[in-house]
Amino acid sequence: MNSESPVSHGPPRLTGERGAGGIGHRWKELKVQDGARGALIAFFSTVVVFGVVTWVILSSSTWPAVRRQFFSVRHLREVWPAVWGGFALDVKMFIVAEVLILAFALLVAVIRSLRGPAFFPLRMLTIVYIDILRGIPLILLILILGFGVPALTLPGVPNDPVFWGVTALVISYSAYTSEVYRAGIESVHESQRSAARALGLTQWQALRFAILPQAVRNVVPALLNGLVSLQKDVALVSILGVREAVREAQIYNARTFNYTGLIAAAILFLIISVPAARFTDWYTARERRLRGGH
Amino acid sequence: MKRSILALLVALALLAAACGDSSGGDSGNESAEGSSDGGNQSCAVADLSLFAPGRLTVATGEAVFPPWMMDDDPTNGQGFESALVYALADRMGFTRDDVDWVRTGFDQAIAPGTKPYDFNIQQFSITPDRDEVVDFSIGYYKVKQALIAYDNSPVIQATSLGDLADTKLGAAIGTTSLSYIEDFIKPSTPPAVYDTNADAKAAMDANQVDGLVFDLPTAYFITAVEIPDASIVGVLPAMSDNPEELGMLFEQDSPLVPCVNEALQSLIDDGTVASLEEQWLNQGGDIKTLSK
Repeated sequence: MNSESPVSHGPPRLTGERGAGGIGHRWKELKVQDGARGALIAFFSTVVVFGVVTWVILSSSTWPAVRRQFFSVRHLREVWPAVWGGFALDVKMFIVAEVLILAFALLVAVIRSLRGPAFFPLRMLTIVYIDILRGIPLILLILILGFGVPALTLPGVPNDPVFWGVTALVISYSAYTSEVYRAGIESVHESQRSAARALGLTQWQALRFAILPQAVRNVVPALLNGLVSLQKDVALVSILGVREAVREAQIYNARTFNYTGLIAAAILFLIISVPAARFTDWYTARERRLRGGH
Repeated sequence: MKRSILALLVALALLAAACGDSSGGDSGNESAEGSSDGGNQSCAVADLSLFAPGRLTVATGEAVFPPWMMDDDPTNGQGFESALVYALADRMGFTRDDVDWVRTGFDQAIAPGTKPYDFNIQQFSITPDRDEVVDFSIGYYKVKQALIAYDNSPVIQATSLGDLADTKLGAAIGTTSLSYIEDFIKPSTPPAVYDTNADAKAAMDANQVDGLVFDLPTAYFITAVEIPDASIVGVLPAMSDNPEELGMLFEQDSPLVPCVNEALQSLIDDGTVASLEEQWLNQGGDIKTLSK
């Protein structure tokens, strides 16, 4: 596509109506009108769809029982402080884990992308790591590290379940994330490396200054996707007895048979994951615009 | 972008509407459990409203544990709850072969809606909150709590609840043991909460908790069979005049409740329940009770 001339995008009937500047202006106006009409249609179709769904749900004879057990204001008030406190722990674990994952996964990906026979043992190690860790269910890894390692009672080894839960998350997610980085590294054309080497950069410098900046930019949406996923998976650490938001909601649920706390926890998670998803879309769209509309 | 915000707003508005008047529903829907009038309803098997006509369909946990049931097999009549159900069925007029068992997880048992069984028995304790969404029978066992620990644990010498103030304790989710820790011991570190007794034991092995609280029969079994290295520190004192009781769980407004209660009450009155308790739950000998 040719990004220099907006005319080429427009409907043919517009051409020749006014001068070149006017066409651009009129085109924008039409777009605004289209946008307004689109928003209106979207609004009504949304109301209709959700209206029908709501009506179907409300007409169920057991809806009052479901509402009492899942959407109770009284129970929400009671469970909220515990869920909120647990969520603070979720956010802390999530931030620490994410930072470590981004750094460690990059290291693994770089090692795996190293050229030359001398690096074969290192490359092999990373391949084994990635293959095995991606194959182990995360919950099992959390149990093994969280209960198994401290049970060895080795001197100097911490037994804090939060520490081991976050470690399990980092180890598991790094295996996936390093493959995302590697996809980014391999998406950078070979000529970039050659050009950098031709300028006299070492292999390391070529990687650092020519390849990685482009590689990472290519995979930002995929990285953000992993971030949203991690944000929910921190709740798995609760199996070690850690009282984060979902666990607090489960405790309340088990005591009262009421699920409202889980809804509260879900809403808290959405408050983070929805903006993250919107940011991903916005970033992707911006990148596309900046690079000439592909 | 704009559209998705719109959609989100509509969805949130609907959610708010769904939540809106639920507090009214909470109080409006409570049924008068205690006053369920069994008098003018016949409790003959033919007249009962059963899940499967003529048969008593009983649910229990997926994986059941001694001393409540033995060998993960509810049908053998061994273990307190299995024996109790067969005694109850007999009192209600069913034969042994009329009893069908189904397995449910905890979440299936408490989810709203109709239930594919007549009642569920897996050490459910009766609480007012729970009573709002399901029905319970009268209590068939008064729960006592006990603390277990390894011999090298700081809690092993405890003689009163006060001695437990600065310890890290654990319990399984949904148990009265957890409520007991939070309501009565109130240690400075909140108790760790595990999905299963097995996870709780793993945490004790990993030195992540100083001790675990179970109901007394479970504590006997765990220290006798599963972790013989651990011992019962003591029975925890009853803290209220109405200690929590275990009850059978029914679907909300089940017409079966009065008839089961009638049979259960007669089993309690004639000493059957007490002798089953003696046979299955009280094998521990003398254990000190911690002071308040």
